[in-house]
Amino acid sequence: MKEKSLYSLTALFDTPDEIIHAAERASKTGYTRFDINTPYPVHGMDRAMRLKPSRLGIFALVFGLLGAFSAVGFMTWVTLVDYPLVIGGKPFWSWPAFVPVAFEVTVLLASVLSVVTMIVLYFRFPNNAHPLHDTPYMKNVSSDKFGISIQADDPIFDEHEVREFLRNVGGKSVAPVYLDLSDLNHGQKLFDPKFLGVLAVTAIVVSAVTYIIFNKVLYMDPFTWMSAQEKLKAQNPSGLFADGIGMRPPVPGTVARGFLPYALKGKPDDAGKYLVNPLLPTKDVLERGKSRYLTFCSPCHGNFGRGDSRLQGQFPNPPTLISDKIRNWPDGSIFHLITEGQNIMPSYASQVSRDDRWAIVHYLRVLERAQNPKESDLK
Amino acid sequence: MSTAAIDYTREMPVVEGRPKASELDATIAAPLDQFPTRTWWIAFSITVSFLTIGVVCVGLTIYKGLGLWGINQPVSWGFDIVNFVFWVGIGHAGTLISAILFLLRQRWRTGIARFAEAMTIFAVMCAGLFPLLHTGRPWLPLYLTPYPNQNSLWVNFTSPLLWDVFAVSTYFIVSLVFWYVGLIPDLASLRDRTTSKIKKVVYSIFSLGWRHSNRHWQHYERAYLILAGFATPLVLSVHTIVSFDFAVSVIPGWHTTIFPPYFVAGAVFSGFAMVQNVLIFVRQAFKLKHIITLDHLEKMNKVMIVTGSMVGYAYAMEFFIAWYSGSQFEQFVFLNRALGPYAWAYWTMVTCNVVFPQLFWFKKIRRSIPIMFAIGVIVNIGMWFERFVIVVTSLSRDFLPTSWGHYVPTLYDVGILLGSFGLFFTLILIFVRVLPVVSISEVKAAVEGAQPTQH
Repeated sequence: MKEKSLYSLTALFDTPDEIIHAAERASKTGYTRFDINTPYPVHGMDRAMRLKPSRLGIFALVFGLLGAFSAVGFMTWVTLVDYPLVIGGKPFWSWPAFVPVAFEVTVLLASVLSVVTMIVLYFRFPNNAHPLHDTPYMKNVSSDKFGISIQADDPIFDEHEVREFLRNVGGKSVAPVYLDLSDLNHGQKLFDPKFLGVLAVTAIVVSAVTYIIFNKVLYMDPFTWMSAQEKLKAQNPSGLFADGIGMRPPVPGTVARGFLPYALKGKPDDAGKYLVNPLLPTKDVLERGKSRYLTFCSPCHGNFGRGDSRLQGQFPNPPTLISDKIRNWPDGSIFHLITEGQNIMPSYASQVSRDDRWAIVHYLRVLERAQNPKESDLK
Repeated sequence: MSTAAIDYTREMPVVEGRPKASELDATIAAPLDQFPTRTWWIAFSITVSFLTIGVVCVGLTIYKGLGLWGINQPVSWGFDIVNFVFWVGIGHAGTLISAILFLLRQRWRTGIARFAEAMTIFAVMCAGLFPLLHTGRPWLPLYLTPYPNQNSLWVNFTSPLLWDVFAVSTYFIVSLVFWYVGLIPDLASLRDRTTSKIKKVVYSIFSLGWRHSNRHWQHYERAYLILAGFATPLVLSVHTIVSFDFAVSVIPGWHTTIFPPYFVAGAVFSGFAMVQNVLIFVRQAFKLKHIITLDHLEKMNKVMIVTGSMVGYAYAMEFFIAWYSGSQFEQFVFLNRALGPYAWAYWTMVTCNVVFPQLFWFKKIRRSIPIMFAIGVIVNIGMWFERFVIVVTSLSRDFLPTSWGHYVPTLYDVGILLGSFGLFFTLILIFVRVLPVVSISEVKAAVEGAQPTQH
């Protein structure tokens, strides 16, 4: 059963002068909950209806400032904190370069959010279920008539008086507009299955789109003309050679320059006895030794050979190189140790060339001497 | 109205005569209710053919890569950037008409604002296509935005190309919002007019339930003013930032401070030519001659004289500054423009942009539809060549003669340009059939006698 209750009484007018007059009379009579519907904004109507000026400008200001500050703040954070990057030799915080983006974000937020505020907050739109919709009244004011609608919830509303008032101000086709009570539902809408359904569908669609964009689309490689090239890569198989290996081994029996096999493998004593440092401790050799020492030895043994690198305590402590034991070793033993490694120390034969190893030995002697000076050195 | 009887000292009426509001409804909404005419179908099939050419060329470009285009070192910006700047420029007239003329209380804009705004949106859509294709991987546009990615990398906020991303996307969104806000009352009127159930549902959804309530009109008018206030600096900023793409670099011929105002003037110039051209057809086809009057077209032609002269001044000033700066490279670039391998393009540009619009000083020419149409077309050809001259001459011959080159576009370049025109006019043809080309509520409000007498 459809119950009906009165929403408002409406009347139509033909000219803008009449509607302004009607609005002035309505506000003078003391009606507050009434509305004027016109096909276009009629000048002077705000005053006639005694409406307060629109505050939308304040929202626009707030949103604009929000846009400006968030844009500048974000760019500042990116360029100063999160990922400082020197671009064109300019300072990290090159504010003149931020002006265009800050301006655009200001305009974007201010205009879009002001419109959203107007539509959602002021108009409570979208709302296609308003009682005025689909009435003859609405069809007329949509086209060429001017209408007034005095609502039944006005504090001084009285159906007869209002009818009389509307006739007095010259309103034509005075008509009531009813609320459909069956349409009104003031119950809790949060758990309405329709609403929950829309919410769920939205969540699923948004998640799916986000997932696909970030995990699939951005890693798409639909056309590989550039990245897939017909060329031989070292570690890949190749049909070009009989053995099917892309990489070519050296010709059997050849030795690469500077990589003569070490003759005293596994014979530390012989190394100490027979090997002699082939280099002279010149300035160049010592510089070379220093550079190699700092690159390869210092990470464990410390910059001065004291075994005090920052690895101390995390591994078996690397031994000091300036102890009496090592000082008394012959050059050949140290060379042998670098070449072969010992305990946890690996062989350095592949990283450090033979001459560089001898240079390191010279530099090590310098470190030892510097920290155990003789009387004569102090003079 | 005869030519002799125009009184320029009086503000002209927005609409000729005093049509009733219901008549305006019927006139403006007529094309929406009828089955498209034969002429429309012919026009539509032509534009769709052009669009198809463009789609094929774009598809091949995506599939095969940018090698199909004429670009190469040293001219790595070719038709794509020329077309981008051209289309963004076309869009500027729309915002100028809808926002700047609104703030300046130029009431004659009422009849043409809606259409010009729609043109803005379609032109920016065409423009956006080109930088996207220019990246070579148009399926990865997300990398243009600052989003938190696993590489912890952000976009370069000090690059003009990024400013462009922000400027063009903001411009598109704000223009769309501005356009849509203007459409809401008209959609509500259409909702209450239509007899078709499907149309009624669609109009109801998009009119959001607008009731023409004065309590809403009040905020609505304020919102329109706010949007116009923001769109005005926005439209100036967009082409300024587009010009920064050139001006911030160090290429001779690009590295000049005149670029921002020069680009904005050129954009308005070409945009007005395009609006004028298309409106000539629209007012004819949809019987809107009393709403989009000859006076409107005349005013647009006047804007074209002003902006055309500004562009001509900029051309002259570039030469003067090149000489005055004493920079050898700058001087060479300008001599090369006028006398070098692209001299034909340069002189086409000067003739079309500087010489022809000056004919609008004659009232007869300003008010003759065939002649103004021809000049509008010529202006747009000239403005397209202006961008071609700027982009190509500077890049093809810069500092080192050993790295000079010559740019020749390929068929694919031309095909995509034709395709962008196809897209633009297809969208316009669809627009004139599904939405009112003139703002119904604004025109109703501007008819004589529409406002109360004491105001």
